[in-house]
Amino acid sequence: MMEHPRAGLPIVTLEGVTKRFPGIVANDRVDLDICAGEVHVLLGENGAGKSTLIAMLSGLQQPDGGRILIDGAEVPIRSPSHALSLGIGTVFQHNMLVPTLTVAENLALGGRWWKRPRTAELAARVAEIARPLGIEINLGARVSELSLGEQQQVEIVRALLRDSRLLILDEATSMLTPKGIAELGALMRRLVERGLAVVFITHKLGEAADFGDRISVLKLGRNVGEIPPERLRSLERAALVDEIVAMMFGRQAGDDAVSIPPRAANDDALLEVRNLSVAATPDAPGLDAISFAIGHGEILGIAGIDGNGQKQLAEALAGQRQAVSGSVVLAGQEINGLDVGGRRRQGLRYLTDDRLGEGTVGTFPVSINYFLKEIGEPPLWRSGVERSREIEARARELTRIYDVRTPGVSTPVGRLSGGNIQKVLIARELADGARAVIFNKPTYGLDLANTLATRQRIRDIAGQGLAVLLISTDLEELLSMCHRIAVISQGSLVGTVPNGDGAGERVGRLMIGIAA
Amino acid sequence: MSGEAVHVRAAPLDASAGQASRRDLGRRLLITLGPILISLALAGCVLLAVGVDPLAYYGFVVERGLLSPLGLQQTLTRMAPLLFIAAGLIVAFRAGMWNLGGDGQFLLGAVAAAATAPLLVQSLPGWLALLVAFLIATVVVVIWSLVPALLRAYQGVNEIITTLMMSFLGVSLANVLVKLVFLDPGTTVPQTRTLPVGDRLPRLFETTITSGLVFGLAAIVIVHLVMTRTAFGLKLRTVGANPRAAVHAGLNVPLLTVVVFAISAGLIGMGGAIDIIGIHGNVRADWNPAYGLAVIPVVFLARMNGFAAIGFVFLLSVLSIGGESAARRLGVPQHFTLVLVSIVLITLAIAEYLDHRFNQVRRT
Repeated sequence: MMEHPRAGLPIVTLEGVTKRFPGIVANDRVDLDICAGEVHVLLGENGAGKSTLIAMLSGLQQPDGGRILIDGAEVPIRSPSHALSLGIGTVFQHNMLVPTLTVAENLALGGRWWKRPRTAELAARVAEIARPLGIEINLGARVSELSLGEQQQVEIVRALLRDSRLLILDEATSMLTPKGIAELGALMRRLVERGLAVVFITHKLGEAADFGDRISVLKLGRNVGEIPPERLRSLERAALVDEIVAMMFGRQAGDDAVSIPPRAANDDALLEVRNLSVAATPDAPGLDAISFAIGHGEILGIAGIDGNGQKQLAEALAGQRQAVSGSVVLAGQEINGLDVGGRRRQGLRYLTDDRLGEGTVGTFPVSINYFLKEIGEPPLWRSGVERSREIEARARELTRIYDVRTPGVSTPVGRLSGGNIQKVLIARELADGARAVIFNKPTYGLDLANTLATRQRIRDIAGQGLAVLLISTDLEELLSMCHRIAVISQGSLVGTVPNGDGAGERVGRLMIGIAA
Repeated sequence: MSGEAVHVRAAPLDASAGQASRRDLGRRLLITLGPILISLALAGCVLLAVGVDPLAYYGFVVERGLLSPLGLQQTLTRMAPLLFIAAGLIVAFRAGMWNLGGDGQFLLGAVAAAATAPLLVQSLPGWLALLVAFLIATVVVVIWSLVPALLRAYQGVNEIITTLMMSFLGVSLANVLVKLVFLDPGTTVPQTRTLPVGDRLPRLFETTITSGLVFGLAAIVIVHLVMTRTAFGLKLRTVGANPRAAVHAGLNVPLLTVVVFAISAGLIGMGGAIDIIGIHGNVRADWNPAYGLAVIPVVFLARMNGFAAIGFVFLLSVLSIGGESAARRLGVPQHFTLVLVSIVLITLAIAEYLDHRFNQVRRT
């Protein structure tokens, strides 16, 4: 591992790499150069496509389009072991060590099964690798006794034992203490000084600015900007953060024009939420006394880094999640006591962001998915018996009105594209008596045409006087249509900004925890 | 198994174009019948290995289970409890809940019916006594099913494990009840009181076929229609196909879970009751026909379609009645029927897999 190519040459090059999953485009024509001797930071929010990109580099996924070049030659990365043999080592976000085995045993895993692990040789090699990096590895310790930072070091050494030239660290700091993070930063520096390439994935701006030699920003699956080393070195930290914020939340080519629908004459609050609180669960933050009001024809945006309670807010409003306290008032009527169906009948609609996971039943026909939230209700069901002809007729009507491109209403909804599944959901939520609609990341994973169509649909319904709560991690989307934008952080609203000049900057700063 | 595909296929709204569906049907027949023929050949090899002429065995099974009038009547009678069990399993499986406690549920239903029916006929009119015994048996089993149902609904405990474990308990409990509580003092053999032949469910026409067959057919047809044509069935299928979508759509998933278990176990308990008030008249100690486990593969073969299940239950009955005779005549163990059924299941699964791969290749 001593003879490495000269720093600055690309070890791995991605050219127009595209990866699609049912319903979403995870990576859209991503170009990337990963060079020896550099810490290349991949920055992006959850869902920006970082993990998918890593999965393709480590052989877990195959790209649907584009090429991956290794040392200038196109090589398909067939499997994780193939990736290792090509010199690409990955340390995943979640620990991949066996906790009941010792460090030495873990390091010996993956060797030829018919050979006895040579412990002495292993110890010598580990010492050779770890000493110059300043890592202490206790080979005899059980992994479960190590701290998370120490476990990560073991994983890094394991990758280096396989002669990795490219080390990918996926969200490596997410479970570390501040001291651990600083140590990891120093370790990455020593690694690149020895000629390795390091890809460091994070959604934290500060880490990117502190550790990176080169920063690439991913947004909604697209590579929206890169700061090369020369530029990075020439910038002050504050200016650098500003530039990254502009890239992450700034205007992109292809975004549609700002068009804020005119407000309805009746300005009374249509949907009012007072002190809504939800208990935190082990894997999700709670909500802390959320209050806001949305008027007729108003679009209130909820901005924030993903995972700060957006989904909990939407679910609590829709009645899917139990609230600890607080009240929800729709058109002057308390709806706290109502369940999901009751709230829906009152006109409160929730368009989930998880279109295939919870929005639809993929194996059911399109027609049934239109009516999934009104099973058993007349006129499509009579005394609990399905009226196939009425269901089919109504489904055809919705398909036409909402322009759903499907071979037929009996096609399983899971076979449709993401944009068309979204149209099915929109049809379901907006048809018949909607008054207030919650959109959760309505354009996530959609292509441009469908994104624009969905945004226009949201403007249209606000124009008809409905109240809209638009939850989005795409600030540009919020700026393009909201009347006001509230920022959610750690389960509470940290500020509300009226949309207008300079709103983007202020919201962006609130999002990353800098007071506006 | 393509349980998912069944949901779609069974939906009455699925109006595929005629041409495509005919080719589809042909393919489906091929990947269903082909593996069955291969399985018969494979099982034949097993028979050869143990020194039995497979042709003689199959001939015997077909002759005794299907062709001889008495055999056919026995076969049709055997179908009655099996149809109830299949109906109960279809409800649970379509709702995505794996009720594997059929044997315990079946025996408890049988014992409850055997304990009550002979006493009730002494005081009530015959038909009413049978109805009450039938209902008591159903209620007993529904209560029995509450344990796994509540654990699954409110604690998320895996029902496969709880129902399977409770099946052992149920079989043993049924045995204990026969030997200690409901023992017929009039006999030396440990068994319950016997329902006189004249008081049992009437036979059909001039045959020995029990009228329980009619109830069994009604049960499975009703279950099929409820699951495919009603709002209730659609709710259950939604829970089975995507529980998170069910929550999102506002369905009360825990309540539906308990209801599914109650219906499923209730139907299986009815199967046990029908077997007693229609056919056996009493439960002997240590009696366990293990119908519950035998019907599970049948329901899979039928892809949880009620009408297809009737056909496969008929096949299973032919095999088991014929197999019982063959066991006596040719010395092949009676459980060879299960061997045959499981070979069919494995070959069908392989065919399904190959078909899936073939489709994938063709699409790309």
